Amino acid sequence: MTRLLTTVCTTALLALTLATPVQAQARDSFKVCWSIYVGWLPWDYGAAEGIVDKWADKYDIDIEVVQINDYIESINQYTAGQFDGCTMTNMDALTIPAAGGVDSTALIVGDFSNGNDGIVLKDADKLEAIKGRRVNLVELSVSHYLLARALDSVGLSERDITVVNTADADLVSAFNTPDVTALATWNPLLGTIKESPEANLVFDSSKIPGEIIDLMVVNTDTLKANPALGKALTGAWYEIMGHLNDSGFRQHLANVAATDLDGLRMQLDATRLFDKAEDAVTFTNSPALKDTMQKVAEFSFDHGLLGEGAPDAGFVGVETPAGVYGNNGNVKLRFDPTYMTMAAEGEL
Amino acid sequence: MKKLINRQPGRVATWALGLLPFALLLVVYLLASDARLEANPNDKLLPAFSAMGDAIQRMAFEPSKRSGEYLLWADTLASLTRLAIGVGISALMGLVFGIVTGTLPYARAGLSPLITGLSLVPPMAILPILFILFGLGELAKVMLIIIGITPFLIRDLQQRAQEIPAEQVIKMQTLGANTWQIILRLVWPQIMPRLISAVRLSLGSAWLFLIAAEAIAATEGLGYRIFLVRRYLSMDVILPYVLWITLLAFAIDFLLARYSRWRYPWFHGSH
Repeated sequence: MTRLLTTVCTTALLALTLATPVQAQARDSFKVCWSIYVGWLPWDYGAAEGIVDKWADKYDIDIEVVQINDYIESINQYTAGQFDGCTMTNMDALTIPAAGGVDSTALIVGDFSNGNDGIVLKDADKLEAIKGRRVNLVELSVSHYLLARALDSVGLSERDITVVNTADADLVSAFNTPDVTALATWNPLLGTIKESPEANLVFDSSKIPGEIIDLMVVNTDTLKANPALGKALTGAWYEIMGHLNDSGFRQHLANVAATDLDGLRMQLDATRLFDKAEDAVTFTNSPALKDTMQKVAEFSFDHGLLGEGAPDAGFVGVETPAGVYGNNGNVKLRFDPTYMTMAAEGEL
Repeated sequence: MKKLINRQPGRVATWALGLLPFALLLVVYLLASDARLEANPNDKLLPAFSAMGDAIQRMAFEPSKRSGEYLLWADTLASLTRLAIGVGISALMGLVFGIVTGTLPYARAGLSPLITGLSLVPPMAILPILFILFGLGELAKVMLIIIGITPFLIRDLQQRAQEIPAEQVIKMQTLGANTWQIILRLVWPQIMPRLISAVRLSLGSAWLFLIAAEAIAATEGLGYRIFLVRRYLSMDVILPYVLWITLLAFAIDFLLARYSRWRYPWFHGSH
């Protein structure tokens, strides 16, 4: 009987931990996560060199920076409330936490992809040749968005091709098999695939600049209750950015990304990294951001990413300095330049 | 007072005790789901049963906006086809090689070490090689199942064939049977029910390899759908799909058990 009781209690406790959503309240210790991508690698440098700790100490809090190997899993963990902040793209921020009702704020607009995402064909060097092919990519990811925009640009639609969902971990070896003739992916995988003599890059994100944006997203309620978290993270980030041209910084990043300095330079060149807070603020304030989020929201709605409860693309409101896109009563994703402006003005 | 060890639950009590853990699990889920949904009505982690009902309705009874297919049935058909081909070929190979290596010492000496060696290679570890050999299409998915479960089936059936009493084999020889007749009339009928039970045991692994293969590259299938909607944390689709897979696995296992009892009653000890 006691054993049964123990079992019931354990189960109930387990359920309770799952059931307890993160309460927004003043706290002094926080966890943020990041995953491998050139625009987010600097977080590892900041954590390893104590820059994040230094800024956390300044505001009298603790910040733990955790690397998660699986990108989607990191966002899911953030959405489930296991982390207070996480790195992700604008599209994933809209479709996973925001569509899941977790009010999220893009605290730091770190960079946008300017060639880091691309479409590769075998035996053809024109995008038009993609018609009728099976295209391997991580379905419903930014690669899929890039593909949709690329097809649009040559008057094709998704009906003209077949999308084959392929795990990112397997894309590189997939490209070496004869029946894979078209794929879309991102760096560092793209760089490896491009090295193959049969690979032809036919479209990349530099043709849609500013649409695939990499962010540090934090929980809006947590941020409101704890402005210190926003200040410390933003302050740390722009101090890290100050090291961008140090050889030690670049070597650290190259090691974490398992590439060499040349490989890292290639990836950084394909990334428009906002190393100056002013640039990030200007980008966030521009009306183009709202248009981009509209395109992303429409793509997401067409593919069912906003959930079936969504009656239209504007179901989840996106707040940008240029105005709100979509439903004013359901704003769940906010681009808030407040903290980046503080950094630009040296107030942190 | 009877000792606890000697007390038997009645028919009703057995059922009630069996159902109790399920009911408890359901209640725990409901409580946790309600708590999360109260804090955030759009929460995706523990969806309400109504949300799962909507998802089932949508996946099973409404044509998809993109392809016009009924997704749940298309996925089920794709997965079951792969599973049937994979398990079918494996069972056939298990039967043939199991009988051959189990009855013919020369074949055993030549093949057994190789099969044992192959059975120790974890199929998931050689995935990149499998891609390059078999591509990313249907063949690779079926091959993963075959490579995953065939060595187990062969090894199991070889042992079962070796366990056939020597007296029976000698008896048949004294009656003038040759090797072919012994295999056909003595070994084969006795191995069949054992093949079915070995297949039942390996179905779990077969599903595992199937789902893994569909996670890697696919355009449809039950595993594909789960890994796809995982990208946006659509637990309202994932949970019913997991239940559906469990139900399918249970049904296949049940049908095989029933078939075996009907076709080989002697094996199950009934008269």
